[in-house]
Amino acid sequence: MSTIAATANEFQAHGDDHAHDADHKPAFFARWFMSTNHKDIGTLYLIFAICAGIIGGGISGMMRWELAEPGIQHLTAWASWHNGLVGGGEATLNEAYHMWNVLITAHGLIMVFFMVMPAIIGGFGNWFVPIMIGAPDMAFPRMNNISFWLTVVAFIMLLGSSFVPGGSGYGAGTGWTVYAPLSTSGSVGPAVDMAIFSLHLAGAASILGAINFITTIFNMRAPGMTIHKMPLFVWSVLVTAFLLLLALPVLAAAITMLLVDRNFGGAFFDAAAGGDPVLYQHLFWFFGHPEVYIMILPGFGIVSQIVSTFSRKPVFGYLGMAYAMVAIGVVGFVVWAHHMFTTGLSVDMKMYFTAATMVIAVPTGIKIFSWIATMWGGSVSFKTPMVWAMGFIFMFTVGGVTGVVLANGGLDDNLHDTYYVVAHFHYVLSLGAVFSLFAGFYYWFGKMSGRHLNEFLGHLHFWLFFIGVNVLFFPMHFLGNQGMPRRIPDYNAAFAYWNQIASYGYVIMGVGVLVFFANVFWSLLAGRKAEGNYWGEGATTLEWTLSSPPPFHQFETLPVVK
Amino acid sequence: MAGAKNHDYHILPPSITPLLGSVTAFIMFFGLVMMFQPKVFGTYGSLVFGAGLIGVLYTFWTWWSDVINEAHAGDHTPVVQLHLRYGMIMFIASEVMFFVGWFWAWFDYSLFPVPLEVAYDEVKHTFDITNLFGQEGAAAASQFPAKGLEVFDAFSLPLLNTLILLCSGTTVTWAHHALLHGDRKGLINGLWVTIILGAIFSCVQAYEYSIAPFPFAGLNYGTAFFMATGFHGFHVIVGTIFLAVCLGRAYKGHFTPQQHFGFEAAAWYWHFVDVVWLFLFVVVYVWGGWGAPVHS
Repeated sequence: MSTIAATANEFQAHGDDHAHDADHKPAFFARWFMSTNHKDIGTLYLIFAICAGIIGGGISGMMRWELAEPGIQHLTAWASWHNGLVGGGEATLNEAYHMWNVLITAHGLIMVFFMVMPAIIGGFGNWFVPIMIGAPDMAFPRMNNISFWLTVVAFIMLLGSSFVPGGSGYGAGTGWTVYAPLSTSGSVGPAVDMAIFSLHLAGAASILGAINFITTIFNMRAPGMTIHKMPLFVWSVLVTAFLLLLALPVLAAAITMLLVDRNFGGAFFDAAAGGDPVLYQHLFWFFGHPEVYIMILPGFGIVSQIVSTFSRKPVFGYLGMAYAMVAIGVVGFVVWAHHMFTTGLSVDMKMYFTAATMVIAVPTGIKIFSWIATMWGGSVSFKTPMVWAMGFIFMFTVGGVTGVVLANGGLDDNLHDTYYVVAHFHYVLSLGAVFSLFAGFYYWFGKMSGRHLNEFLGHLHFWLFFIGVNVLFFPMHFLGNQGMPRRIPDYNAAFAYWNQIASYGYVIMGVGVLVFFANVFWSLLAGRKAEGNYWGEGATTLEWTLSSPPPFHQFETLPVVK
Repeated sequence: MAGAKNHDYHILPPSITPLLGSVTAFIMFFGLVMMFQPKVFGTYGSLVFGAGLIGVLYTFWTWWSDVINEAHAGDHTPVVQLHLRYGMIMFIASEVMFFVGWFWAWFDYSLFPVPLEVAYDEVKHTFDITNLFGQEGAAAASQFPAKGLEVFDAFSLPLLNTLILLCSGTTVTWAHHALLHGDRKGLINGLWVTIILGAIFSCVQAYEYSIAPFPFAGLNYGTAFFMATGFHGFHVIVGTIFLAVCLGRAYKGHFTPQQHFGFEAAAWYWHFVDVVWLFLFVVVYVWGGWGAPVHS
C-alpha cells in the first residue's frame, strides 16, 4: 500500500468492491483450514469436540475398568505399555500409580477444555448465535478461526505431555486443578510445563472467542432484535463470554506463577520462602468456579430453546430467565472458596462462602421452575431433543441439590475429596452439560447437516445413556458418604459393591454412545432431507427461517425483527 | 447464495494467518519447554523457541497488515469500526484481570506475612533466607517485607518513572488532539515524545532491576516484585512498539481526523499501562515497602 492518501470518504466509496469475494464456497483446503465462516468453524469445533470426547471418554472407561474391583488390576500393564511407547521398560508400582494420576488429569482437562467448551461455545455458539440475532457472521471472522486452531494445538500440546517425564512416570499427574506444590516441586520433568502451556493456548483461544461473541451480540443484532428480544441461547452465550473474558486471565496469571516456581526458582507457592500454596488455590478457583458456569450456562440456553419449541409456547418468564443467568454469572465470581473449605479458612470465611454459594440456588431455581412452567399447559411433543432436555432438567436438579449440600462448610469437612463430590459434579456436568449438548445436537443436527437423525435411535440413545449414567454416578453418592476418597485407584473391599455397579453403568452408557454414532452415520449416509423448519410452529427463532443447511452466507439482506 | 451483500458488516475471504499463528505459537511454547528442560530435550530449545517466535511475529505483521489494507480498501464501515473498539476495550479488560492475579499474590504476601529472616552474605553475594515458622520469635518476625530485607526508595526512581509515564499520557493526548485537527506534524511530534518517554521509562526500570537489593529467586517479595513489575514492563514495551507502528503510519499518512482507530487503540493501551503502573507504584513500591529499610 504505497498510495495511502485516502480519506474517510474514499474508504466508504470502496466499501462494496470486496463483497463478491466470499460468495462461493472456497476449495477444500481454503474452506476448512483457512475458514472465516462461522458455520464452518462451528462444524470444525463440533468435530474436534467429538474427537476429544472419544479420547476423554475412553480414558474414563479405563478408570472405571480399573475401579471395577479393589486392588490394582490393569494400571501396571497400562503404565508398562505407555513406557514402551517412549522406550521405557516394565512399570514399577509407583509408575502405575502415576499412570492413574495422568488418567484423571487428562480426563478432567480434556472434558472441560477440549470437549464441553469447544462443543457448546465454539460449536453451537458459533453456529447459532449469529443466525439467532440475524447477523451474517461473527464480528471478527478471522479471529474466530484462530480461536479454533489455538484450541487444536493446545490439545496436541496436552496429548504430547503424556509422552515426556512428569515426575514418577510419564505425563502430567497433577489433577486438572494443577495444585502447587505437587505441580511445582512435586512434578519434575517437562510434562507439567507442557500441560500448563496447553492451558495458556486454550485460554488465549477462549478469551479471543469471548471478545468475538460479546462484540457480535452487542453490535450485530438485526434491526428490531433488541437485547430483550434475544433468544435465551444468545443471552446464555453472552453471559458465558463475560465469564470467560474475566476469569481466564486470572488462571493465566496463576499457571504462569507455576512456571516461574518450576523453572526460575520462584517462591510464589513455596512456603519455605514466604510463598503460599493456598494462594494458588484461590487464584485457580477464582477462575475455576466461573468455569463451571461457563460449561453449564450455554446448556441452560439450549434447554430453554428446546423446551419452548416442543411445548409450543414462549418460554415462561423470559426476562427472569435471562437475568437469572446474569445473576448466576455475577454471583459465580464471589463463591470460589467453597472449593477450599478444608484449607484452613476461618469460620467467618466459611460462613460467608457457604451463604454466598447458597444464594446461587435462587436464580438456578428460577430457571428450573420456569422450564417446568413453560411445559405446563403446553402442547408437549416428546421428540428426541425434548427428552434430552427433560433429562437435563431432572439430572441437573439432582446435581444442584447435592451442590446445596456441599455448599455447607461444615458438611464439606466430611465430604471434601470424596466420591460424593465426584457424583455431584458429574451430575451437573456429564449429566447436565453433556445432556444439553446431546439435546442441542439432536435439535440442530438437521439444520446443520440438512439430514434428519433417526427418532427411534435417538430415543434408544437417550434411554441407554440416561440409565447408564445414573447407574454409573448415583452409587458414587453412597461411596462418598461411606468415605471413599477420590483420585485413588485402589480402595477398601467394603466399597467394592457399588464400584462394580458403577462400572456396569459405564458399559450401558458406552452402548448408548455407540447408538449415537450409528445414528449420526446413518443420518449422513441415508437420512431424510431436512426442510427449513422441521420442528414446526414451536420453533420461532431465526435459524428456522433459513434452509437446512443454511446458505454459505445467510442474511445478505438483514432480517427485520418485529 | 449468490448476490451482493446489503449490509455494512465485514465478510472476510479465507486466510491462512490463523492456522500459521497457531502452529507457530505451538512451536514457540514447545521451544520454551525445551529450554526449561535441557536434560530431556537437549540444547536446541532456544532455536525452536526462536523459530516459533519469528513465526508468531510474522503472523502479527501479516495479520495487522491485512487489517490496515482492509481499512484502506474501505471495509471498515462505521459498524466495523465499532467492533474494533469493543474488541480493544475487552482485550484491555482481560489484561486488567491478568494483572489482578499478580496483585493478588502481592496482597497475599503483604497482608499475611510469613516469618522470614533475610541476611545478605557480603562475601558470596547471596541471600540467606531463614523461615522462622514454628520457632521462638516467629510472631515478631512476621512482617512484610521480610526482616533484614532492603527495598527501593519509592520516592526516588519509581516516583521519577511515575512522572515520566504520566507525562507520556499527556503527550499521547497532545498527539491525539493534533490528529483530530488534521495537524500531522503535531501528531508525529507528540508520538515521538511519547515513544521516547516510554523508552526512558523502560531504561530506568532496567537500571533499577540491575541494582535491586533483593533476589528474584527463593523469596516471595522478590519473585512477586519482579513478576508484577516485569509483566508491566513487558506491556510498556509492547505499548511502545504499538505507538511506534502508529508513528510509522502517521508518516505514511494513514490517519485521517475521521478514521484513525489504530492510533486510538494504541493510546487506550498506553493509558491502561499507565494506570497499572500507578497501582504498582502505590501498592508495590509505597505501601508494599512501608517500614522496610531503604536501599541507598
